[in-house]
Amino acid sequence: MSSTLSLAELPDGDSGVVVELGVDGPLRQRLMDLGFLPGTAVTPVRRAPLGDPHVYLLRGTRLCLRKSEARNIRVRRCG
Amino acid sequence: MAEAALGAGEPLRLGLLGSPNSGKTTLFNALTGLRARVGNYPGVTVERREGHTVVDGQDLLLIDLPGTYSLTPISADEAVVSRLLAGEIADVPTPEGLVMTVDACSLERSLLLVAQALRLRRPLCVVLTMMDELQARGGSLDVARLADALGVPVVGVVGHRGLGLEGLRRLLPRLDTWNRPVLLPPQEPAELKGWIESVLESAVRNRPGSHALTEAVDRVVLHPLWGSLLFAVTMVLFFQLIFSWATPAMDAITAGMKVLALAVRTALPAGLLSDFLTDGIIAGVGSVVIFLPQIVLLFTVLYLLEDVGYMARAAFVVDRLMGRIGLEGRAFVSLLSSYACAVPGIMATRSIPSPRQRLITILVAPLMTCSARLPVYALLIGAFVPAQKVLGPLGLQGLALMALYLLGSLSALVVAAVLNRTLTGGGSLPFYLELPPYRRPPLKLVTTQVWGSARAFLRRAGTIILAASVVLWALLSFPKVEAPAGLPASQNARYALEHSAAGRMGHAVEPAIAPLGFDWKIGVGLVASLAAREVIVATLGQIYATAQGDAVSLRTAVQSDVDPRTGKKIFTPATVASLLVFFVFALQCTSTLAIMRRETNSWRWPAFAFSYLLALAYTASFLTHHLVAAWWT
Repeated sequence: MSSTLSLAELPDGDSGVVVELGVDGPLRQRLMDLGFLPGTAVTPVRRAPLGDPHVYLLRGTRLCLRKSEARNIRVRRCG
Repeated sequence: MAEAALGAGEPLRLGLLGSPNSGKTTLFNALTGLRARVGNYPGVTVERREGHTVVDGQDLLLIDLPGTYSLTPISADEAVVSRLLAGEIADVPTPEGLVMTVDACSLERSLLLVAQALRLRRPLCVVLTMMDELQARGGSLDVARLADALGVPVVGVVGHRGLGLEGLRRLLPRLDTWNRPVLLPPQEPAELKGWIESVLESAVRNRPGSHALTEAVDRVVLHPLWGSLLFAVTMVLFFQLIFSWATPAMDAITAGMKVLALAVRTALPAGLLSDFLTDGIIAGVGSVVIFLPQIVLLFTVLYLLEDVGYMARAAFVVDRLMGRIGLEGRAFVSLLSSYACAVPGIMATRSIPSPRQRLITILVAPLMTCSARLPVYALLIGAFVPAQKVLGPLGLQGLALMALYLLGSLSALVVAAVLNRTLTGGGSLPFYLELPPYRRPPLKLVTTQVWGSARAFLRRAGTIILAASVVLWALLSFPKVEAPAGLPASQNARYALEHSAAGRMGHAVEPAIAPLGFDWKIGVGLVASLAAREVIVATLGQIYATAQGDAVSLRTAVQSDVDPRTGKKIFTPATVASLLVFFVFALQCTSTLAIMRRETNSWRWPAFAFSYLLALAYTASFLTHHLVAAWWT
């Protein structure tokens, strides 16, 4: 099994699979409610003109997260 | 028969549930038409919308629940949905059945909320929206098999075209016929993921392809250069729109009110009734209606941009900047609108999901230089700042005006940052934002939304504004004191004003405002300007007994006014600077206080905003007065 990285580090256009959420409490619950369940495929699409936040393709939707939130999501790179 | 049954019995209560962008509002409007009732839930800032519809003689009450991604709340405002469903909100009965809108194109995500809704063990009916878009993107699904997989009725609709609505309407009153799931969806994340996959597998024939138009448009709209340019151009146009394009309509309203007042004055004998009707009621109604052009324009553009999908992109582009002061992208539009007027600006904060950020935005919105300050700035700058050129084509007067705008805006940013550190509670939300696919805005929906906002403003804030205007009129008119016989006729208005309750208040506050360089006349003006900032110009006009609306003669009168006791000019550079700074900060605007009351659902926050801004205004004016006085002598 390859090593994991945070979603904030995954380059645009690469695909990743959510491995785990490195955060507890309400934020963890909300990230899962938004679709970040372990095993879900996620693709960073592009960043905002000022560098943050970032658009992610996830479960058929385009979702924006700031780096501060994306850092909590561990992903495994795949292709 | 049907008519007899119409009035009989309690309405059947149905809660309308769904995530943002799932077509919930479109469905609500399609089912209830324009008959929605808008209010607030007790204790929170969440808007409460309910509407009736009658199917087969059965009265249905549709409760439009706030859009949400989750039934596990992380803020007091979000908790409204779960508390309402649990019957924990006083005076709001629990809905007997739930109707849930689900975007057919994003089932993979939407099924998460469906799973939570199923676990509530209430009668539930799923409405698949955007069925046309699903098809256009090459997707297809089997509605009947989805219903089987979920264990509840599923209806596919195209809300804005009314397709499938008849079938849905017939289904709504017959709660007893709705299937209930045999097995509830799992809660454990891995099992939940599996459940979603199995539901999709049994119902979805083809997944929709990516939204090609959205991909293409986003490449430009979110491009580092073109995206930023587009954002800037949109915001400049937006600002222009509410700032100057609303002016003709506003001028027409002012002129109309003048004509009306004149007609009343000629029709009625001069006296108290005529005064009350013209200066009290007509002026009061006028001060409410005057906001309508801006509100209608602002919300038309806001809803258009929102429904087409750009608003989320604008928030995305500017989020980083707003993040520096602890706010988020969506607050930008509110603050920008507040340059025209804080009233629509504060109403626009409804798009901010985090109650805490919304509150902060509401509290700093009055610091943005609104258009009502312009007449005051124009009078004082015109009278006291020399019209000379400095730095090439730049005039000193224009620079002074720009400095006032900058002072207001920078203060708003500083105050927002301070409030963000000091305010506790309110529940902060992590930042997340969905970029919906670009869609053609349903014009009917936009009209309905704009009409709803305008009506809400007239009903909830309009009444307070009207009442406040009448009270201020009374303060400025009573008690009636006869002018002494020897006084020239031109001084009558000034004499009456000086001896009115407001005039006495002006004298009474004189010791308090003297350190700022203000005399009692400015005091009366400040009292009167509580109705609206620009009223101080008209009030000073009355005091200086000049023809109303004649800016030049008022300017001369103000320039040459001297204190009878000291023989010195009243409006020294220090006083003028201090008064300008006072207007930058002070919240002299009943309408803003009224809309704050409506949007925060309590008098606590308008009271706080008024006090902190008054304290700021006083301190800043005091410092300005003394600094300028020291500099000039």
